[in-house]
Amino acid sequence: MLVLTRKKDQSIIVNDNIEITVVDIQGDQIRLGITAPRDVSILRKEVYLEIQEENKRAAMAPNVDLDKIFNEEKKQV
Amino acid sequence: MMINTRLFGELEIDEERIITFKEGMPGFNYLHRFVLLTAGDDKSPFKWLQCVDDGDIAFALVNPFEIVKDYDFELPDDVVERLGISSYEDILVYAVVVIPEDASKASMNLKAPVVINVKRRAAEQVVLDTDAYSVRHYILEELRRQEVPRDAGINKKKRSVYYCKR
Repeated sequence: MLVLTRKKDQSIIVNDNIEITVVDIQGDQIRLGITAPRDVSILRKEVYLEIQEENKRAAMAPNVDLDKIFNEEKKQV
Repeated sequence: MMINTRLFGELEIDEERIITFKEGMPGFNYLHRFVLLTAGDDKSPFKWLQCVDDGDIAFALVNPFEIVKDYDFELPDDVVERLGISSYEDILVYAVVVIPEDASKASMNLKAPVVINVKRRAAEQVVLDTDAYSVRHYILEELRRQEVPRDAGINKKKRSVYYCKR
């Protein structure tokens, strides 16, 4: 991993078209500003991992009739 | 084209109906081609997103508006641009469903809905920048909480029925 030191308001440029700026530093929190082309997706890593995990569980789905299950469950309510 | 699927056996794929996820889905970035299937009843809020590139992979989907009637999010501009969306009439929105062993505990991901531009057959799983929704909403709990009337979201239902018949 490349490690760079930056101060507030300083940036790094990735691949000519992505700019990441340190907007603010407050204790152990850093605010980053990111300028990137529209087709670049930017996500908080923990959110991405959570969705990845949920998708992996979803892809293993058994073939069940969800209509039947939820109609019956609703009748029992 | 014929494909072998884990859930539905041999399936004839009409190539014109293939939906392309250019970036795949988180965890499955290498899978791009899917088809949307109805499981029997056209009016059902549940659908299947069957992968064409890997027959073992299929996601159960649900029309979230039929479970959580006030489900609401703003489609980010970059998604509108990437999918080439020109009208809200062009899109279908589904939540990815996880079906555990006890299927009555199935949950849906409202944090990252699948948005499909029906006209361009382009889709994306959109990660919403909000804390209002999580990746795991239990369908039964949501139904009990809301007691959704059977005709809720009927316009959306009509739209998906229309699409699936095409």
